[in-house]
Amino acid sequence: MNELIALSAAEAAERVRAGEIDPGELFDAYRQRAAADDLNAFTWVADEAPRDHDYAHTPLGGVPVAVKDLFCTEGVPSQSGSKILEGYRPPYSATVVRNLAEAGAPLLGKTNQDEFAMGSSNENSAFGPVLNPWDRRRVPGGSSGGSAAAVAAGLAPWAIGTDTGGSIRQPAALCGVVGLKPTYGACSRYGMIAFASSLDQAGPFTRNVTDAALLFRHMVGQDRRDSTSLEFPEPIELPRGEDLKGVRLGIPEELVGADAGVDPGVRASFDETLRLAEELGATLEPCQLPHASHALSAYYLIAPAEASANLARFDGVRYGLREDGASDLTTMYSRTREVGFGPEVQRRIMLGTYALSSGYYDAYYGKAQKVRTKIAEDFRGAFERFDFVITPTSPWTAFELGSKTHDPLAMYLNDFCTVPMSLAGIPAISIPSGLSEGLPVGFQLAGPAFSEPRLLAAAYALEQAIGFDGSPARA
Amino acid sequence: MGAPPVPDYEPVIGLEIHVQLDTRTKMFCGCELSFGDPPNIHTCPTCLGLPGALPVLNARAIHFGIMIGLALGCDIAERSLFHRKNYFYPDNPKAYQISQYDVPLCRGGRLGDVRIHRVHLEEDAAKLNHLGASGRIHGSDRSWVDFNRCGTPLVEIVSEPDIHSAEQARDWLILLRTTLRQLGVSDVDMSQGSLRCDANVSIRPAGSTELGTKTELKNMNSFAYVAKGIEAEIERQKRLLDLGEPVVQETLHFDPVTGSLTPLRSKEEAHDYRYFPEPDLVPLLASADMVAAARADLPTELPAERAARFEQELGLHADTARLFAFRAELGDYFERALAAAGANGGAGLEPVELSNWIAPLIERIGSDADPAESNVSPESLATLATMVKTKEVSRDAAREVLTHLVAEGGDPRRIVEREGLGAISAEDDGLGEIVDRAIAADPAAAEQVRAGNMKAIGPLVGFVMRETKGRADGGEITRLIRQRLQ
Amino acid sequence: MLDRDQVLHVARLARLELSEEEVERMAAELSHVLDHIEKIRELDLEGVAPTSHVIDVVNVLRADEPEPSLPREAVLAAAPEPLMDGFGVPSPGAA
Repeated sequence: MNELIALSAAEAAERVRAGEIDPGELFDAYRQRAAADDLNAFTWVADEAPRDHDYAHTPLGGVPVAVKDLFCTEGVPSQSGSKILEGYRPPYSATVVRNLAEAGAPLLGKTNQDEFAMGSSNENSAFGPVLNPWDRRRVPGGSSGGSAAAVAAGLAPWAIGTDTGGSIRQPAALCGVVGLKPTYGACSRYGMIAFASSLDQAGPFTRNVTDAALLFRHMVGQDRRDSTSLEFPEPIELPRGEDLKGVRLGIPEELVGADAGVDPGVRASFDETLRLAEELGATLEPCQLPHASHALSAYYLIAPAEASANLARFDGVRYGLREDGASDLTTMYSRTREVGFGPEVQRRIMLGTYALSSGYYDAYYGKAQKVRTKIAEDFRGAFERFDFVITPTSPWTAFELGSKTHDPLAMYLNDFCTVPMSLAGIPAISIPSGLSEGLPVGFQLAGPAFSEPRLLAAAYALEQAIGFDGSPARA
Repeated sequence: MGAPPVPDYEPVIGLEIHVQLDTRTKMFCGCELSFGDPPNIHTCPTCLGLPGALPVLNARAIHFGIMIGLALGCDIAERSLFHRKNYFYPDNPKAYQISQYDVPLCRGGRLGDVRIHRVHLEEDAAKLNHLGASGRIHGSDRSWVDFNRCGTPLVEIVSEPDIHSAEQARDWLILLRTTLRQLGVSDVDMSQGSLRCDANVSIRPAGSTELGTKTELKNMNSFAYVAKGIEAEIERQKRLLDLGEPVVQETLHFDPVTGSLTPLRSKEEAHDYRYFPEPDLVPLLASADMVAAARADLPTELPAERAARFEQELGLHADTARLFAFRAELGDYFERALAAAGANGGAGLEPVELSNWIAPLIERIGSDADPAESNVSPESLATLATMVKTKEVSRDAAREVLTHLVAEGGDPRRIVEREGLGAISAEDDGLGEIVDRAIAADPAAAEQVRAGNMKAIGPLVGFVMRETKGRADGGEITRLIRQRLQ
Repeated sequence: MLDRDQVLHVARLARLELSEEEVERMAAELSHVLDHIEKIRELDLEGVAPTSHVIDVVNVLRADEPEPSLPREAVLAAAPEPLMDGFGVPSPGAA
């Protein structure tokens, strides 16, 4: 059994396609592990894979995928980590989930997350926090903490999550796995329970870069149900190159400099990565993203504003929780939402409502949208001189449960290095660079829109050089 | 007199019209439009506002929107945006309506004598029904929502406040309906709600250029109610101002049964819709091709153009021209009759002479009826008008013929013959003899006419009319009387 | 920065029934976050166009062709108060 689990997803898919592994056995091996999950990574686990598929003739070979709770899955609980959607089973499935199922990756289970993807520690889930498999006293990061932990712990061969301001990259870093936030528009958002529509993007969690490329290849594509989705302009090949000759890396001072508050252990691992990159032939130079230090502020206006509208539909009328006992409509609404939403969600709804309200729009939301323009310009400028920018993914490693819950602002700083790319809509990948005091550290590579194939190739070369062994947690 | 002078007020009225577009599917999803179907059978994740669902614009709704903009002479925005308008209500499943805000599809324009402010696209709300005997909102305890209508494409047309009376508002709305109907973009049926009209009403002292405080009137679901509601509101505001009390800016609900206006409870107490650009929809670019395609689908002549043609080319009175153009069925009937008159030679019948016979016709068939569906064919009406022109029948007798035609149809010539309604002309010996009898019967009047007082001729003419049962031509009678009394 | 009345006003707009204690806490937390966010107000962004969409796409339109709707059972499956084949709510007109 452990032999199956030890295979990477791409290897497992190849073996199924070669007729060497029975996809039913593979599914069952993971199903059992997911069902025995003691990290609270799963909120629901499938009984079996759909049998109407000849997995040996599919590109993903029946290798099952764990799916973040906020993806709608027909007839299967899709709760976005919220009490207000407890037990909700939608009548349709998200496009990305359908794409993967058609490519031969059946649904293994739904993974725990911060409520409505708002959080960086997975402590905001209505279904309890997820534990980091590297140290169960610590958080896995968030908001896609369940997906990250499941892949790190070998409870799933791979998983998908969503990233709005860092929700794939940060938990990937804290759990020692690969996480890709694609270009905005590369993957359909149809069926993703929205947090911030102009930022949300689905992406893969995998044990290695090759698996990420393979899964990503089958997630992308224009969807006629999502006006903001685009056809990926080129085929996504599995990465091969093992050097970085001629690759120019920019190190943004605003995100990496002394003021950025990067933890020394993370810093050391990052410096080691830079050294390896140079060895592989890359050229490194500092670069400027003059508005990046304002990204967090812009993000914490734009995302809550959009969320305040996206979450208004949870009103107790058509689905989900209704807090009864009120004879009048307004009280029914207010009680339902008060009882159904957790504190962080309420805080962001309040912040977003305020930022859009009469008299404040120009000063807050309007201004934040202009900052967004400047940040995108900053990146365009940087990419005239550099192929990619490189930063630590998170300023620190996995922190202890409860250590940051008292201070929302401190929690928001988790996203310091990841939100600029989200605001610019550009792709970024986090891959493990090593350990610091026994905990995984990740670094982030970001490139221009639709540069994922080159980004994955560079990440692959670094991954080979780093030789990170993410397996201890899967023992 | 002792009463203080009553100030004269000028009403200032602007209309906001919502029109359901006659597309096959909803604005943002593929659910079919329906009316009167069982509840909640035309819904999907998008129009139910299910978590994760997204909107995609209906191309035909955009096409119709551009057609309306062109027909109303608007500038079509090259680039327009959709916004979210946030408010909680059970008929609004996402708790935001997707609408257009500061960058609408169309701006400016004019229809008839009223300028257009803007035209934009949005989605309709669901239908909220109320339990209980009355089916009305007040007094009901539970309500239930049917989402079949939710997401129906709507166009909102906002006029400038160029309207100054209730009648003008009604007439303009009729013109708008005719225009939209001719475009084929909507059923424009007020009773079914596919055309809805709200009015912003204020009054100001005549001659003033400042605007008074306005109120918004809702629920006027017929043309008659639009006139009634606005009239009632103008009167209410006049009473307030005459008493020295202020008009309060509020939304009023018109009750067609009682004709009363009651303040409406607002959907969102604070009225802060927190508009922001809809991130799920990309900007709309009305390309030259899209505008050309919309232009190609416009009818060759819109009602306002038709009214101008009737007035300027055919010489109809302005009011008649507008009536015929704005009520397309009257204009169509008139033009068919005109063509028939031309085909018959027409005896030099002027269009305006023919047009004068439409009013007596609709008087007889009912003011809302379509004459094309009456017993009177356009050819018959043309024949009748021509007979009057050629003095084959007097005007009064022709009216009687028309009554017969409305009742039984047929050929006017045969009715004239059958009923003996043919004109008695001067050459007819009989007419001279009757004129002589008239003079003999009223020597006093005859004396006055002889003395030059032409007003006294009336009783003499009347005598002859009575004797001939209206078959003689009035002008001819007058001529004969004067001939004898000079 | 954000006072009690503002918090109550925003909570009303957002349809959140905050307890007395939550109002106080929310005022403090939001003020703290806004203090940090305020920094962007220092930026001179005169003449900068706002970004509402990061992708350069326009005119995504759908042909006006019907697609199947959901069966009513599926539509009402999650309804907290199914009523008359629809979704029951407290009447907005009720006292």
